[in-house]
Amino acid sequence: MTALLLHRIHFAFTVTYHYLFPQLTMGLALLIVALKTIALVRRDERYNQAARFWARIFAVNFLLGVVTGIPMEFQFGTNWSQFARTTGGVIGQPLAMEGVFSFFLESAFLGLFLYGERRLSPFAHWASAFLVFLGSWISGFFIIVTNAWMQHPVAFCVLPSGMYEVTSFWALLMNPWAWLEYAHNMSGAVITGSFVMCAVGAFYVLEDQFSEFGKIFLQVGVVAGLISSITQVFPTGDLQGRYLAKHQPAAVAGMEGLFNSQRGAGIILLGQPNYEQQTIDNPLVVNNVLSFLIYGTTEAEVQGLDRVPRDQWPEPLPLLFYSYHLMAGLGTYFVLIMLIAGFLLWRARLFRSRWALWPLMLSFPLPYIANTAGWMTAEIGRQPWLAYGLIRTSEGYSKYVSAGNGLFTLIGFMGMYTVLSILFILLVYRIIQRGPESTRLVAVSPPLTVG
Amino acid sequence: MGFVWFWLVAIMIVAYVVLDGFDLGVGMLHIFLGRTEQERQLILRSIGPVWDGNEVWLLAGGGTLYFAFPLLYASAFSGFYLALMIVLWLLILRGLSIELRMHLQLAVWRAFFDGLFFFSSLLLTVFYGAALANVIRGVPLGADGYFFLPLWTDWRVGPRPGILDWYTVVGGVVALVALEVHGALYLAVKTEGDLQERSRAVASLLSLVLFGVTVVSLIASIIARPDALSNYRSHPVLWIIPLIVLASLSGIVYGSRRRQDRKAFACSASYLAFMLAGAAVALYPRLLPSTNDPSRDITIQNALSGPHTLQVGLIWWIFGMLLAVTYFVIVYRMFRGKVSLETGAYGH
Repeated sequence: MTALLLHRIHFAFTVTYHYLFPQLTMGLALLIVALKTIALVRRDERYNQAARFWARIFAVNFLLGVVTGIPMEFQFGTNWSQFARTTGGVIGQPLAMEGVFSFFLESAFLGLFLYGERRLSPFAHWASAFLVFLGSWISGFFIIVTNAWMQHPVAFCVLPSGMYEVTSFWALLMNPWAWLEYAHNMSGAVITGSFVMCAVGAFYVLEDQFSEFGKIFLQVGVVAGLISSITQVFPTGDLQGRYLAKHQPAAVAGMEGLFNSQRGAGIILLGQPNYEQQTIDNPLVVNNVLSFLIYGTTEAEVQGLDRVPRDQWPEPLPLLFYSYHLMAGLGTYFVLIMLIAGFLLWRARLFRSRWALWPLMLSFPLPYIANTAGWMTAEIGRQPWLAYGLIRTSEGYSKYVSAGNGLFTLIGFMGMYTVLSILFILLVYRIIQRGPESTRLVAVSPPLTVG
Repeated sequence: MGFVWFWLVAIMIVAYVVLDGFDLGVGMLHIFLGRTEQERQLILRSIGPVWDGNEVWLLAGGGTLYFAFPLLYASAFSGFYLALMIVLWLLILRGLSIELRMHLQLAVWRAFFDGLFFFSSLLLTVFYGAALANVIRGVPLGADGYFFLPLWTDWRVGPRPGILDWYTVVGGVVALVALEVHGALYLAVKTEGDLQERSRAVASLLSLVLFGVTVVSLIASIIARPDALSNYRSHPVLWIIPLIVLASLSGIVYGSRRRQDRKAFACSASYLAFMLAGAAVALYPRLLPSTNDPSRDITIQNALSGPHTLQVGLIWWIFGMLLAVTYFVIVYRMFRGKVSLETGAYGH
C-alpha cells in the first residue's frame, strides 16, 4: 500500500467511525428538547422521565463522539500536513471556531443538563437541554463549513508564499454549498435520532415492557422521522443534487454511472459499473428521469464521464456509484416506512399494528448506513481533489509520515474502536434493558456519573 | 499581529494546563488517595462535571494554533506523529475510564477503569511535559519546514534526537510532579476529613520534590538549549518570571503546610502559568527551533497566517472567549464547595 492510500484510509476509517456517534447526538439532542418542551408545556412528568432516559443514552453516545472526534482535528496536521499548511488560514478558522463556540457551550451545559436537574428550575433545565442541542448543531455547522470549502472553495486568495488566505469571512460562512449541505446533513441526523427512538419504542411495545414509554417514543419518533425523511429528499436532497450537477459534473456522472453524455438520460436504479468496459452491467433503468431531476426537462443533456479528463475521474468509481445508490435507495425506504407509520399513528392504530412495529424496531441501523453512504458519496465524488479544482489529494498528505507508521496507527485505531464498539453496545443495551422506570427523580437509584 | 497571536495561543495553553492539569493530577492520585469505594467516588465526582470542559481548551487551542500558525501546526503534528497518536489514544482511554466506571456495579469493572484512568492520566502528563521539552530543545527541521522524529533514538540530545531523550524525560518528570501537586491541592480544596488530610500530606511532600525537579529542569534546559537565556539577557526585566515561579513554589510549600488549601492551589496555578510563560519567553519569536540550522527555525514570522484571517479571527476569538469564560463561571459556581456523595448533591 502506498503512503497516500494509507493516509486516505486512515482518515476515512476514523471519520466514518466517528460520525456514527455525532449523527445520533445531533438527532437525539433535538428530540430530547422536544420531549422536555412537551413536559414543560403539558406539565406531564412522563415526558421528563422519557427525556431523562434518553439523556442516559445521549451521555454515552456523546462521550464516544467526543473521544473519537479529537483525532479528527489532529489528523489535519498529523496525516495531511501539506494540506493543513497551505489552507490553515482558511479552514483552520471554522475548525477553531467549532472549539471556541461549540465545544465550550456543549461541555458546560451537558454537565448542567445531566447533573443539575435537582438544582435547576424546570425552565432552567429545559434551557440547559436546549443549549446542548444548540452546541451540537453549531458544531455540525462549522464542520460543514470546513467541508463545504473543500467541496466548493469560495472567498480565498493565494498569498505569494503559496498559503491560502480568506478574503471575506462572511462569504466563507455563507458559502451556499455549506447551507445546502448543512440542511441535508442535519435532516439526516434527525432521521438517525428518530429511527433509534422508534426502534426502542417499538421494542418496548412489542415486548410489552415499559410500553407506556414505548408509545411516547413512537409518537415523537414517528413524527420527527416522517418530517426529516421527507425533508431529506425534498427540498434538501433535490437542491443539493442540482447544485452538484452544476459545480461537480464529474461527481454526478460517477454517482449515476453515466460513462457517456446523454440527452434524456435515464436513472439507473440498480446495476454494477463495469469500469473496464465503461458500461453498467445488469442495468435497471427508468428513461429520461435523470435529465428531468437535474434540469426539469426530459430533453436536457447530462454530462457523462467522457467529458471529464481521465485524470480527474473520481475514484474509486464503483464505490461512488454504490454509496450513492445505497443512500438514495434507503432514503426512499425511510419516506415509505414513515408514511405508513405516520398514517397508522394518525388513525391511532400504530401501537396495535405489530406488522408495522417490527420493521420500525429493526430499521434503526439503516440511517447509519445511509448517512455514511451519503458522506462517502460527497467525499469520493470530490476526488481526486482535496479542495475542488485547487489541491489534489495526492499533494496534501504528510510526506514524512511513512506508510509503515501510518499502518501502525491505523491498526491501533481499529483495535481501539473495536473495543469502543463492544463497550457502547453493552452499555446502551443495559440502559434499554433497565428502561425508563428507573429514571424517576425521586427514586434512590445507584449513583451514576454521567450515564 | 504575530506577537498578539503568539500570546493568545500561549494563554490558551496555560488555561489548558492549569484547568485540565488538576484533573490529570487527580487521575494520577485517586487510586492512592481513595482507599474505599466511597472515597474514590468522591474524588471522581470532584472532577466529574468539569473535566470535559477543561479538555476543550486543548481542542480550542489546537484549532487556534492551526489557523494562526498553519506551518507550525502542520510541521509539528506530522513530525511528532507517533507521540501525538499515542496522546490521542490516551485521551480516548482516559475519557472512557472516568465516564464509564460507574455504569456497572461490578468491583472488577470499577477497578479496571480506575487502573486505566491512572495509567492514561500518568502517561498523558509525561507526554505533555516531554512535548514542551521537545519544543524547547528543538527538532532537526528540513529545508521545507518538515521533520519526522522517532519515539526515541539513543536518548541523547544530539544531532539525531528522538521524541524521548534524557532532557525530554526530565520535562516529563517535572510535569508529573507538578500536576500531582496541583491535583492534590485541588482535592484538598474540594474534600473534607481524612481524604483532605491525605491530599494535603501528599501535596506538602511532593511540593518539596517539585522544588528539586524544577531547579534540575532549569539547569537541564540551559544545557540542552544554550541560547535559552538570550531573551532574558537582553531584557533583564524578564527575570521576574523565574522569580515568580520560585515565589509560587514557596507559596505551595507554605500553603500546604498551613492548611491554606485555596492559596496553595492558586500558587500552584501560578507556578504552572509562569513555568509556561518562562518557556514562551525563552522561545520567542521562535515557535519551533531547529537543532541543525537556525535559519530553518519556525518562527512567528514565517508561520503566520494572512492578515485578513488574523484580523477577523481576533474579533470572533475575543467574543468567543468571553462566552467561554462565562460558561466556566456558571459551571464552577454551580458545583462550587465541598463535594459530597449524598444523593442529589450532584443531581442524579
